[in-house]
Amino acid sequence: MALGLHDSQVSNPVLRWVDQRLPVVTMIQKEYGSFPTPRNFNYFWNFGALAMINLMIMIATGIFLAMNYVPHTALAFDSVERIMRDVHFGWLLRYVHMNGASMFFIVIYIHIWRGLYYGSYKAPRELLWMLGVVILLLLMATAFLGYVLPWGQMSFWGATVITNLFSAIPFVGPTIVTYLWGAFSVDNPTLNRFFSLHYLMPFMIVGVVFLHVAALHITGSNNPLGIEPKGPQDTLPFHPYYTIKDSVGIVVYLAVFAGLVFFAPNYLGHADNYIPANPLVTPTHIVPEWYFLPFYAVLRAVPDKLGGVVLMGAAIIVLFFLPWLDTSKVRSLRFRPITRVLFLLWTINFFVLTWVGAKPAEQPYVLISQICTMFYFVYFLVVLPLMGRLERPMPLPESIARAVLGAKAALGAGPIPGAVAAKPMEKA
Amino acid sequence: MASTEVDISPIAVGQAVTVMWRGKPVFVRHRTAEEITAARATPLGELKDPATDQSRVTRDPWLIVVGVCTHLGCVPLGQKSTDTRGDYSGWFCPCHGSHYDTSARIRKGPAPTNLPVPEYTFLTDSSVRIG
Repeated sequence: MALGLHDSQVSNPVLRWVDQRLPVVTMIQKEYGSFPTPRNFNYFWNFGALAMINLMIMIATGIFLAMNYVPHTALAFDSVERIMRDVHFGWLLRYVHMNGASMFFIVIYIHIWRGLYYGSYKAPRELLWMLGVVILLLLMATAFLGYVLPWGQMSFWGATVITNLFSAIPFVGPTIVTYLWGAFSVDNPTLNRFFSLHYLMPFMIVGVVFLHVAALHITGSNNPLGIEPKGPQDTLPFHPYYTIKDSVGIVVYLAVFAGLVFFAPNYLGHADNYIPANPLVTPTHIVPEWYFLPFYAVLRAVPDKLGGVVLMGAAIIVLFFLPWLDTSKVRSLRFRPITRVLFLLWTINFFVLTWVGAKPAEQPYVLISQICTMFYFVYFLVVLPLMGRLERPMPLPESIARAVLGAKAALGAGPIPGAVAAKPMEKA
Repeated sequence: MASTEVDISPIAVGQAVTVMWRGKPVFVRHRTAEEITAARATPLGELKDPATDQSRVTRDPWLIVVGVCTHLGCVPLGQKSTDTRGDYSGWFCPCHGSHYDTSARIRKGPAPTNLPVPEYTFLTDSSVRIG
């Protein structure tokens, strides 16, 4: 091969010329073509790809919305209404972007749930997991900033409440908040800078997603059994097996997305956000969007202002430490019967936290949110560290191929199953 | 920086008015004698953020405070005659249930401090400049 050129195997001459100078074709063929992927993926493994698709849809719709949106307090609300009424397909752009945010959180929460259930955060995937938590934080920030932009009542008051949280920081808190606002309250400078940051952050997400997938391709994917592939009989090339499976998943995802966008576009939203922002009138029930409700419930569960802020942050930060909190050598909860039940309880608990986050801060909801918050943390900080030592896991299968194809086929893995190790005929 | 001038002559006894100052609502209340007595009679030991009523007013019967709850920033209710005033006859924040008394001091609920008193001067008997 000539010096300075990549040794490309691509057959098409034009593509080969490109590939020799920047091996993108080779890279795609390796990372998304022949990449050995465990053969026993279930549909929970679709959600990473769905998240990536969702991100692309959000960026595309967002860029076109930004061509017509005006980030000024006097004009923002009306510019959104203009998009809805006068911009060709503006209504579609807006509804896709708005419901796309909800879809993003549905997808990402299921993606994370998969990681929790199957132990995908355990060695050697700890860094992969932590990059994922970073993406979650960036996503939450992006969503929060985006929700402020239409400048409705919920936009304004949500921004007021959340930025006010920083005033809980001792000594410097109130000063920080003033600089954050760029004014003495949430006002025009705040809206303008939120727009700038909302446009920026998705591209930061793209960067961390790249690192996330790169890290994944070093360790390889986990799988529902939680045991590492031992050889080619345990894996399948990503294309065509998982390109086609992902296509099925994408169709279902688009169907749910379309159901929301075309039949219930405002179902997940709050009617008060169709009232223009009024700094003198606080809505009776300030609630964030549904995807923030569990963390909102944690915030309000603590009677102390700083304590609530700290605990709400801790609810996400605790995820960073999961690889070390869970002491079990067994990855998948399929083989950990007690922890599995407790995790399913934790899942139900998460739904309860979501529900209680929308309720007013009165009894009995305050008590419920406190109990649920306790259980949320106890699972990570007490149950997982102890279970690794106390629980006796079920025996793990020998290999993926054995578990998926059966003993005979696993040995041969050839086109004629059972051709090897033929048993002698039973006497009549 | 920004100041707001308020004409307080039309505010009757027991009535309150909300003005905007630096983007935030400011409550100007014309307190009744009972409200002032109740505020003065409160023992300081009962207060989460102890402050005498006298330290929070410049000229009776006027109470001027920034109408932003010190918990997470909602606007407390109590300005309109139809509003609830909470358990201490002052203001009530509907977001998380903070109760303020007739001197706008926090009495119950998650708010950590009293409603702040902005800088203000009486230009005449019937007009105040806030800020």
